[in-house]
Amino acid sequence: MDNASLTAIWLTCKLATLTTVLLLLVGTPIAWWLANTRSRLKGPAGALVALPLVLPPTVLGFYLLIAFGPHGFIGQAMDALNLQRLPFTFAGLVIASVIYSLPFVVQPIQNAFEAIGKRPLEVAASLRASPWDAFFSVALPLARPGFITAAILGFAHTVGEFGVVLMIGGNIPGKTQVLSVKIFDYVENANYTQAHWLAGGMVLFSFVVLMLLYGRRQRADWSR
Amino acid sequence: MEGRFHIDYAGFTLDVDLSIPEKGITALFGPSGSGKTTILRCMAGLECSPTGFLSVADEVWQDERRGIFLPTHQRPLGLVFQEASLFPHLTVLKNLRYGMKRAGNNHGEGFDAMLDLLGIRSLLERAPDSLSGGERQRVAIARALLTRPRLLLMDEPLSALDMKRKLEILPYLERLRDELSIPVIYVSHSLDEVARLADHLVLIEDGRVIANSSLTEALERADLSAVFAGETGAVLETTVAAHEEDGLTRLEFPGGKLYIAGNTPALGSRLRCRIHASDVSLALSAHTDISILNTLPATVVAIADADTPGQVLVQLQLAGGKNLLLTRITERSRQALNITPGLGVFAQIKSVAILR
Repeated sequence: MDNASLTAIWLTCKLATLTTVLLLLVGTPIAWWLANTRSRLKGPAGALVALPLVLPPTVLGFYLLIAFGPHGFIGQAMDALNLQRLPFTFAGLVIASVIYSLPFVVQPIQNAFEAIGKRPLEVAASLRASPWDAFFSVALPLARPGFITAAILGFAHTVGEFGVVLMIGGNIPGKTQVLSVKIFDYVENANYTQAHWLAGGMVLFSFVVLMLLYGRRQRADWSR
Repeated sequence: MEGRFHIDYAGFTLDVDLSIPEKGITALFGPSGSGKTTILRCMAGLECSPTGFLSVADEVWQDERRGIFLPTHQRPLGLVFQEASLFPHLTVLKNLRYGMKRAGNNHGEGFDAMLDLLGIRSLLERAPDSLSGGERQRVAIARALLTRPRLLLMDEPLSALDMKRKLEILPYLERLRDELSIPVIYVSHSLDEVARLADHLVLIEDGRVIANSSLTEALERADLSAVFAGETGAVLETTVAAHEEDGLTRLEFPGGKLYIAGNTPALGSRLRCRIHASDVSLALSAHTDISILNTLPATVVAIADADTPGQVLVQLQLAGGKNLLLTRITERSRQALNITPGLGVFAQIKSVAILR
């Protein structure tokens, strides 16, 4: 494996880790709200979160590119704050990845919160726990399996993205050139040896991740 | 304590005004769907009642007219749910500490006594999953009480348990009743449980209170029989007066005596007995050529329809006392014997159930 490949792997891991951490922070309140709200907005909000599941990554990438650009509202906000515009930067990639992988994190957490139900929280309240206290001392620990699933899926899905990265990040080595893009690069240049290393590694990685995930589910089923 | 709640749901209105003794177990009794649990949830602050009012020991927890509503976690109450509600991610000890810590009972006041009272000392390091249903409920009760509540709410705490577990946990509840000095609200649809545990009875039907009195008074009323259904029957508070030579025990109550088989209960102790309406038959004269031992003279007070067609409930006043009995007889027998209010009869009691 050459140095360029290692750089791409390192960048991908960095991107996926950062994205997963941000997703857990952003996704938890969204999942909590979706699990508990009786608002009429629940349907539309749930659909909005799930959109990246069905949209072609190019559609998402296209709109993000426009929003990030000099005429988009995010681009103008960045200009106003004297910050670098997001397209073709690592930061832009992170934001795009967060949006792209959002449903993979929100849904398992939402399912976990819904499975807990209201009862444990009512019990906590009867034991003098304030709503925040009950959330941290009861809801979070009980939803732990959901969080682990969410983190694994969020990480793996970010590692596997291609279309959005290409449209937002381009193909800058060490900055936005992630694994999937690097493989595309090698194949275009007929460097099949290096492509094999990366592609084969991805297959192995994905297999191991899914095996862990399904193994966890099976154990959870048995322990019931 | 005083509570007033009014809630309109689609197709169901809850409208209750309750005054409940500050000590002892008060049963909220009624058929399922009558609103018992909703009342309990209102008291706990888990249900919104826009015009609600609740005061416990002269302290106002809720008075919507003055804009007062303490959220659940600020109400010093203990809550025991129908199904085991222990936190599965914590050991028994940590479950107990969860409430103690937050209620400011850091020094574990009453901790040792509670472990012994509920018999859970050996369970402390166990996970809730590994406990039996009865053990879990006992831990849940201890956890609620260790927050030193000023009101204990129990929502059918035994209904998820089988008969064996019920019998295992009932003695613990009886000990609690005798040792606690706070009001306990006990929701149940089992009259046997209620008759054994409660001192005060609130009958709920269709979201309304249809009776609110001492247990004995409520169970003597013929007009409430529809609510009690097949379980209709009066309760007598008796004293163990004598152990007789032939193996019987004599129980006395104001205005009469009853014999029960065996002589285990200690002399002088109080026994609460239940006499099911279907275990009482009527005679116009005192028979001596009959195997039934307990025959009490009485006067017919009232006659009401029973829940079964062709049957009536007859309410009797026992001679020489204030105690009332209920009996279930057929309409045909009533006519044959011409039983009307004011008539003197003899109540033949086929069996007596000892409640406590």
